[in-house]
Amino acid sequence: MNFKLKDIVPQLVTVIAVVLIFGFFTYNAQINMENRGIDFGYGFLSQESSFDVQFSLIEYDGSHSYFRAYLVGLLNTILVSVIGIIIATILGVIVGVARLSNNYLINKFAAFYVEFFRNIPLLLQIFFWYFAALRALPLPQDAEAIFGVFFLTIKGLYVPAFVWQNFNIFFYSIVAAVLAIIIIHIHSKKVQENQGKQIPVFLISLGLIFILPLLGFVLGGVRLSFEVPVLKQLATTSFIYEGGVSLPPELIALTLSLSLYTATFIAECVRAGIQGVGKGQKEAAASIGLTPNQVLKLVIMPQALRIIIPPTTNQYLNLTKNSSLAAAIAYPDLVLVFAGTALMQTGKAIEIVSITMFTYLTLSISISILMNWYNKKIAIQEK
Amino acid sequence: MSKINFLKPDKANLNTFLYLGSFLFFISVLDVFLNSFFSLNFTSFLPSFLSFLLPLILGFIGLYFIRIEFSGIKYLDLLNKHINTNNFNAILSLLIIFIILKSIPPILSWFVIDASFAGDSKDVCSGSGACWTYIKVWMRRFMYGMYPNAEQWRINLSFIALVLLGSVGYFATDKFKKYLTLYYVVIYPLIAFLFIFFFISGGPVFFDFSYGIIAAIISIMIGFFIPNKYKFYYFLIVPLLLYIVLKYFIFYEEMIELGKLDGLNWVETGAWGGLSLTFIISFFCLIFCFPIGMAFALGRRSNFPLIRYISVGFIEFWRGVPLITVLFMSAVMFPMFLPEDFFIDKLVRAIIAISLFEAAYVAEVIRGGLQALPRGQYEAAKSLGMGYWKMHIFVILPQALKLVIPGIANTFLALVKDTPLIFVVGLLEIVGMLNLAKTNPEWLGFAMEGYVFAAIIFWIICYAMSKYSYNLEQKYKTDR
Repeated sequence: MNFKLKDIVPQLVTVIAVVLIFGFFTYNAQINMENRGIDFGYGFLSQESSFDVQFSLIEYDGSHSYFRAYLVGLLNTILVSVIGIIIATILGVIVGVARLSNNYLINKFAAFYVEFFRNIPLLLQIFFWYFAALRALPLPQDAEAIFGVFFLTIKGLYVPAFVWQNFNIFFYSIVAAVLAIIIIHIHSKKVQENQGKQIPVFLISLGLIFILPLLGFVLGGVRLSFEVPVLKQLATTSFIYEGGVSLPPELIALTLSLSLYTATFIAECVRAGIQGVGKGQKEAAASIGLTPNQVLKLVIMPQALRIIIPPTTNQYLNLTKNSSLAAAIAYPDLVLVFAGTALMQTGKAIEIVSITMFTYLTLSISISILMNWYNKKIAIQEK
Repeated sequence: MSKINFLKPDKANLNTFLYLGSFLFFISVLDVFLNSFFSLNFTSFLPSFLSFLLPLILGFIGLYFIRIEFSGIKYLDLLNKHINTNNFNAILSLLIIFIILKSIPPILSWFVIDASFAGDSKDVCSGSGACWTYIKVWMRRFMYGMYPNAEQWRINLSFIALVLLGSVGYFATDKFKKYLTLYYVVIYPLIAFLFIFFFISGGPVFFDFSYGIIAAIISIMIGFFIPNKYKFYYFLIVPLLLYIVLKYFIFYEEMIELGKLDGLNWVETGAWGGLSLTFIISFFCLIFCFPIGMAFALGRRSNFPLIRYISVGFIEFWRGVPLITVLFMSAVMFPMFLPEDFFIDKLVRAIIAISLFEAAYVAEVIRGGLQALPRGQYEAAKSLGMGYWKMHIFVILPQALKLVIPGIANTFLALVKDTPLIFVVGLLEIVGMLNLAKTNPEWLGFAMEGYVFAAIIFWIICYAMSKYSYNLEQKYKTDR
């Protein structure tokens, strides 16, 4: 071992500085809390919360605990993120491909979309949709039905609810179909490697995913009916829809703006990815006799995805973090329910803000670990 | 003339196809045009479904007829190449043309034709168009927040002065070019801070802080005459000493008197707002987050494991949490961590929070640049006998920063777009002011105009920034 003073001093100084800063903060926090008579602890999580949340995926009211309120907020955050990610991905891929179109109009239209939505702050977009655009929607009694079953009103979007009978069987049939598809995939790969035969995997998969659940309907007694929302009069001027599922306008405004905004970034990732695959690759693949579909599937996509996926995951993370802007329009997400209402009620600033931050941190870090693993897996093996 | 096969347009019957196709295409566009601009519908005798689809069908057939390769007519070939390569593209092109034609009249009428500009009360806004009167009346609030009307010239003057001082780089002669970095990194931020502190904020001219500045200026002036050998120790000790002497010995008696020497009226930061606050916050965060980010980027690439771990922890922490929770922290949690009688202004807290947050992103961008440099650069610098700092300042960072200009510009763009979030700590920049104005009982119902106005302003700022960064990227592109 060869200790050098030059190596140790800078590290020691940094560590001492960090420790001193943290010590200073903790010391002050202790004194402040003593003076104000606040005690530190996470015991409040099991206490009764006694506040209501407008929109919740799990059963919740004021008699449940703060921890339950935390879960409600977390689930709402996840809900808005997942919907946003799905829409943003679909939109982003379409726009990204359109940006590469040789059709001048489509190309410019996509470019306009990207430049327009990317350069306006997300918060402003959320406010715009929530306070300006969605406020222009009709009242429940004036709403016209879309396809006879959807009602888009100022109070939110009402969609029919699924009413299942024997849902279990349906669920298991889908699981079985997915399992069968995975097995067929593995098997076909083996067959192709050993014998060079190709099995039409895609068609078989498509058939399986339709036929197995259909069998469930025919043989297993699965029934599906819809509960269509019905207009109901509460008072002379107050109407509401009953039945079905209602999506509050906050959720709509939030998902709309999040996905429109994030889609622009995903579109740029997709464009960069496809452009990043060299022209020679395409030509080489075509010259060894692959069909255009095979070129796309076996040569272009695997390489493009390698470039596309890491920044796109970053965008997914950004979307999830941006969903915390929900607090601005009172969509009950984690920040509003927990760091807002619960904090006001309990006054446990340090505990609640730290839990909220830790939750987001866990979410981001676990996804980035997953991403690093994936990156390593798909990285080109250089000799 | 050869036989015409209408399913296969060919060059032999070029003119027939050209006239027929152009006519159909023209009719379809004309139909949509008349429909949207003059609300005429000359296909109203048809069933509504067919009347709706007719332009699309006619246009499609028209485009199909004129899709003749190598026709020899320049414009036809260009048209075919760009919007009419195949059936699918033709339909998409038609749809886009129709959407544009359909959307121009409503947008135009809302923005200009039916909009009201005149007057200064709500009564003039009765039309179906936008009410720009609302923006006009509230303009001062949107620009300056609650800043007193009589004092707003201070903000204007400061901004003009700062823009002028900031553009020095363009006019600098070669002789001064080498000092530009020093100017922009140290002197300019200091001047800007003084402007904002004394001019926009106002308040007493003399107080603790002034002694520091006086001490710094005097010690720098004397510092020129100190031999190089002792310069380090001189700057280590003298400024601090001078500060103490100034504060506790020379001005001590007069301090009370001088404290009354009021400058401009003091305007508390709670009253700042509007677009000017957006600029102030973006400006300071931009200045602070860059050096912090650079330090942590170097820290993350350091050979010392402890420094590396601390940097990684810092970066990953800030990157993992949303800005809104960071601001929450600065608003409710941070005061708990400070001594009880120690108060930091909420604007300063917000600036610190945003700077630290963005610094983590800047650090990652710079790290990307550092990693992208080939090892040879490091080795060459070391073989010349350069130490760590010399190597980084003269060899590594200039190259790395050039590489990451687009990334840094994106981070700064994100920073500008994040400023509206300061509503969390109770500061109202332009978006916050809009929300306040929207709830004013005198002016209900004009949310749309306000948001469109702010969107246009932000769009111009952000678009200009992204174009500027693109230009910088092109300018500093060095072939390696």
